[in-house]
Amino acid sequence: MTAVAESAGGLGAAEPGLRTRIGWAITDTLTITRRNLLVWMRVPAYLVFTVIQPVMFVLLFRYVFGGAIHVAGNYVNFLMPGIIAQTAAFATFGTAIALAQELKKGVIDRLRSMPMARSAVLAGRLVADTGRMLVTILIIVGVGYAVGFRFSNGVVPAIAMVLLATVFGLAICCISAYTGLAIGDEESVQAFGLIWLFPLTFLSSAFVPIATMPGWLQAFANNQPVTYVIDTMRALALGGPVVPSLWKSLVWLAGIFVVFLPLAVRAYRRAG
Amino acid sequence: MSQVNGVEQPAILVEGLTKSFGEVRALRGIDLSVPHGTVLGVLGPNGAGKTTAVRILTTLLRPDGGRAEVEGYDVVRDAAAVRRTIGLSGQSAAIQEELTGRENLEIIGRLYHLSWPRARSRATELLEQFGLSDAADRAAKNYSGGMQRRLDLAASLVGQPRVLFLDEPTTGLDPRSRLGMWDIIRSLAAGGTTLLLTTQYLDEADELADEIVVIDHGLVIAAGTAEELKGRVGGDVVEFAVPDRRRIADAVVAVTKMGEGEPHADQETGVIYVGVGGRGSDALIEAVRSLDAANIETHDLRLRRPSLDDVFLALTGHAAEEEEDQPSGRRRGLRNRRRGQADARVAS
Repeated sequence: MTAVAESAGGLGAAEPGLRTRIGWAITDTLTITRRNLLVWMRVPAYLVFTVIQPVMFVLLFRYVFGGAIHVAGNYVNFLMPGIIAQTAAFATFGTAIALAQELKKGVIDRLRSMPMARSAVLAGRLVADTGRMLVTILIIVGVGYAVGFRFSNGVVPAIAMVLLATVFGLAICCISAYTGLAIGDEESVQAFGLIWLFPLTFLSSAFVPIATMPGWLQAFANNQPVTYVIDTMRALALGGPVVPSLWKSLVWLAGIFVVFLPLAVRAYRRAG
Repeated sequence: MSQVNGVEQPAILVEGLTKSFGEVRALRGIDLSVPHGTVLGVLGPNGAGKTTAVRILTTLLRPDGGRAEVEGYDVVRDAAAVRRTIGLSGQSAAIQEELTGRENLEIIGRLYHLSWPRARSRATELLEQFGLSDAADRAAKNYSGGMQRRLDLAASLVGQPRVLFLDEPTTGLDPRSRLGMWDIIRSLAAGGTTLLLTTQYLDEADELADEIVVIDHGLVIAAGTAEELKGRVGGDVVEFAVPDRRRIADAVVAVTKMGEGEPHADQETGVIYVGVGGRGSDALIEAVRSLDAANIETHDLRLRRPSLDDVFLALTGHAAEEEEDQPSGRRRGLRNRRRGQADARVAS
């Protein structure tokens, strides 16, 4: 009996060394990343929904509301950095929902009961979703070009803008990952996402100049991270002073990572 | 590993395990010992603490007190070693529905750090073993419920675990898929894998387990083989319904002397049942005669095997139904399997 039981054990139970463990953390993260991207590509609806919503916003604000909104210069150039930041933030709905689903279906239990790297599920999720986000951002930039948007500050700042949007999205992704794991129910996660992401992105400089808002709202809009990030993106895309809003953006983003990454990790460890 | 000073250690050892969720004491000091290569059936209603015990043993949850070892490794201190030894198949199919069956198993293989070729061949082996070869390259969301559960079980075997935990492996399956799952579980046990399976069904534990423990309110209330437990219930059960509610008391009197233990009568539905030990069909004939002699009309007179409800009633004096103090949303009522809550003991 014992002999049978032992020959059935395919894995050695001995503790692997540190180097092996680091290697596993990387390969496990890549495996999870690959899995998530595979799921994403397998369901065209995901791509369509993540892209169609921002495209509709582009068209709506460019051709419907845009004429009534007065900004210095062309409105479409004002609009696009805001839409891109919002697209990045909204893309993280998918992060929260996917994690909540995996939690509910027991996928996370299965993975946590396996001898894989504990960090890989979250890391792979963040890597895959950041990739997904970048693709979406590039598509929206293309759509922006089709409706008249132009970068007017050179190639390097344009790339920096896309990069900043992606890092911003990744920070929001950490918050979404935490909410997905902490709430653990798909519908609630979706509803909760609307509650915090809508105000955060709309009560900013994304669509209208903040000076047109009532004073009490300006106080919020002027001092929240989404505004700093969008102002920086705008300066990178169109020219103008970058530094003042850039450092505030970076401090905010660092703060979000420092707070929400550990929270998400903790929620994963205690999942279920 | 299994030998310490020449003494065989059990594959699973649990001593005084406790766990509370806030006010709810899910486990109140559980002891288990599962020898290598055997199957332990953990029987109990929803909320009894079965899933909590499995989650602790599979390192998903930390116990509050007591100790638990799998293959000699402590589930808290040596959690990583435990994870290299076990497989887990939970209550729902923990698979990625958008991916194919093959992709699901290959990914799990990679996460067990098998090489790509090995992960591929292992996936092919398991798909074949579980009768999923034809569906291997279809998205798992198009699988039937039974196929999804088989895929889930296959996933738990990718790492060739020595100890396998199955949490209610047939809950929600249709009868045919259930029998298919039983065959698979039997063949795993025959292959020498140590198994711990939880179930709400006495017949399932009876079919599959070498030893059964019955859990209620976080405590082990009985342990033994299926035969021993059924013996405590009084073996088979004669059951019938009396359409005329006024004759229930007479019917109870008519079958009292043939029963082992008192008959149970449900005053609302008119259903009466009584344990008859090993006398089976003889007792059935006797029941027909004495009810006929008393001129009582009956419906659905039959002989059946004892259910979890009967075991619970015999062991605890309360029905399996009465668990409502569950910590999370894992409760699925036994209500549909039961005839009603108004079971009452009728004194004679």
